[in-house]
Amino acid sequence: MPFLTRTLPFAICFLFGVAGFAIFYSPHPYAEETTQAFALWLRVVSAFAYFLGLYSLLNLHWSKIRLRQSGWAYSLIVYISFGVMCLFVLYNEGHGPLQAQSKTGAYQWMFTHIHVASSATMFSTLAFFISSAAYRTFRARTSEAAILLVSAVIVMLGRVPIGGYLSETIPEAMQWLMTVPNMAAKRGILLGVSLGAIATSLRIIFGIERSYLGGGGEE
Amino acid sequence: MTDFGKTLTLIAGLGLLAGAGAQEPAALEIDLFDTPNDDGGSLTLTWRADASPAGSRYRVYLAELPAGPFHVAAETMAPGLMSDEPALFGRDPANADRYVLHLTGYTPQGEEKPRALEDGTTYQVRLVAGDGAAERRSEVAAAAPAANLFNTAKLNNLVLAVALSVVILLFIAVARRRELYIRRIGGLEALDEALGRATEMGRSVLFVHGLKGMDQIPTIAAVNILGRVARRTARLDAELRVANVDPVVMSVSQEVVKEACLEEGRPDAYRPGDVFMAGTEQFSYAAALEGIMVRDRPAAHIMMGYFYAESLLLTETGSTTGAIQIAGTDAYTQLPFFVTTCDYTLMGEELYAASAYLSKEPRLLGSLRGQDVGKAVLILVLIAGTALSTAGVDFLTHLSASL
Repeated sequence: MPFLTRTLPFAICFLFGVAGFAIFYSPHPYAEETTQAFALWLRVVSAFAYFLGLYSLLNLHWSKIRLRQSGWAYSLIVYISFGVMCLFVLYNEGHGPLQAQSKTGAYQWMFTHIHVASSATMFSTLAFFISSAAYRTFRARTSEAAILLVSAVIVMLGRVPIGGYLSETIPEAMQWLMTVPNMAAKRGILLGVSLGAIATSLRIIFGIERSYLGGGGEE
Repeated sequence: MTDFGKTLTLIAGLGLLAGAGAQEPAALEIDLFDTPNDDGGSLTLTWRADASPAGSRYRVYLAELPAGPFHVAAETMAPGLMSDEPALFGRDPANADRYVLHLTGYTPQGEEKPRALEDGTTYQVRLVAGDGAAERRSEVAAAAPAANLFNTAKLNNLVLAVALSVVILLFIAVARRRELYIRRIGGLEALDEALGRATEMGRSVLFVHGLKGMDQIPTIAAVNILGRVARRTARLDAELRVANVDPVVMSVSQEVVKEACLEEGRPDAYRPGDVFMAGTEQFSYAAALEGIMVRDRPAAHIMMGYFYAESLLLTETGSTTGAIQIAGTDAYTQLPFFVTTCDYTLMGEELYAASAYLSKEPRLLGSLRGQDVGKAVLILVLIAGTALSTAGVDFLTHLSASL
């Protein structure tokens, strides 16, 4: 087993896994300091990894532009947007890149009025996607789909004033659906998720699961 | 001495006698100790709630030396009850009769800023209740604050975690000796079909990571699945593209895919550009992936990890392209969207089971069996807890409560 690619990662994984487990049960300041140190290391690693991410992103779009692949014009927009944003970050309202970023100015304006607005637009399209997905689900002629349809109608009506206006039972039925069957299903899933997380952690800490290092043994 | 003078002297003498005969108010009984389950710098003071009239003002004086000087450490008219803090004092019914105050510092006379209590230093504490004639004092008690190594309030959690871990490790050991029955997971059985279809159509497979970072278990589970998928695509000579939103996850994914290709004896199958950053923000990521789905038309979309609102944007767009979609997440808020729009969905724990299931390795499969047995035990405990709680016995409820 190669030391640097297998043994050392397993040893580090085991040590940090056991340490993380122990820290959870200790209120001692040493435990808190160790947690903060781990978080700091993670941030440092992430900061360097962001350069790799940036390289990957720009490289992906450069390939599209170079090969004139379908939608290459969007890749050009990525480059222009990146360049313009970088320019104003470096300019920093005349303070230069070595000072703290200004709270006003072109960079902040572009972030608020272009990026945030675009994200909000993407989010708002979700309403239409929900409608089409719901239509497809309710159209399915099965008993499960019928139960889902009835439940959905009750919950939707129970959430709006007209539901209570039509019948006082609708908001009560909505509340029951949310707090009894819905909560039971949610807790059931969370129970399984917690056990799955424990099993995955054990497999990784004890080196039984190795696929995160690539490969992972015979299949 | 006149008669009037004699009378005054007599009254004064009687008064003195009466004064000498009156009892001093009994001292307040207090209990002072280091605050349990904390990171140090705190003392806890408790006393009987009926020791002074309701609405009394309580002042706590603190000194570093028995001789003083004493400084005000706390002043309140509404101290809490021990029963309000079961994490520290348990659920003894007697706790409802005792007040509690946590002391973390004091302000010496003439200073504005309070001084924090230091671990290892013994402090002298006195409690004074009420004002004027109704004032009652306690004896001076001494204790030193200290940081605790173990949080006893999490003992139930530790016992449960160790018990479940033992069950899982036990089944891993059993799986080494004999074959165990593992229930079928439809979504994972369909994975080979999806990859085979992509190979036959000469189109790519798109693997999409969720939004969480590498320090989160759903992402680790997703990376484990990616390793298995990468081995299969390398074996089948299908193109695998992996979209990432986190640069650390991207770096790990690149290594995982590279190693998988090497293990399959196909180093040429790995192209670094195929494991790429599609965006760093939630909706930019979703927009980039929707573009890839519509323009490049991959034959299979595999979405694994923790997703938020982008889940439906991705899968609804993906379903319009006709690709086989397999999703896996432990985000229960997104599961309905995946179930509605994907061909197969790995729900909750199945995400964690996927890598072991795909590997067919006995030890990994043993952990799945252990997981299922652990779940059965928890279900039995839940049924017992519900029955006992309904009967008015809260022992099991309190035992398993998160404090």
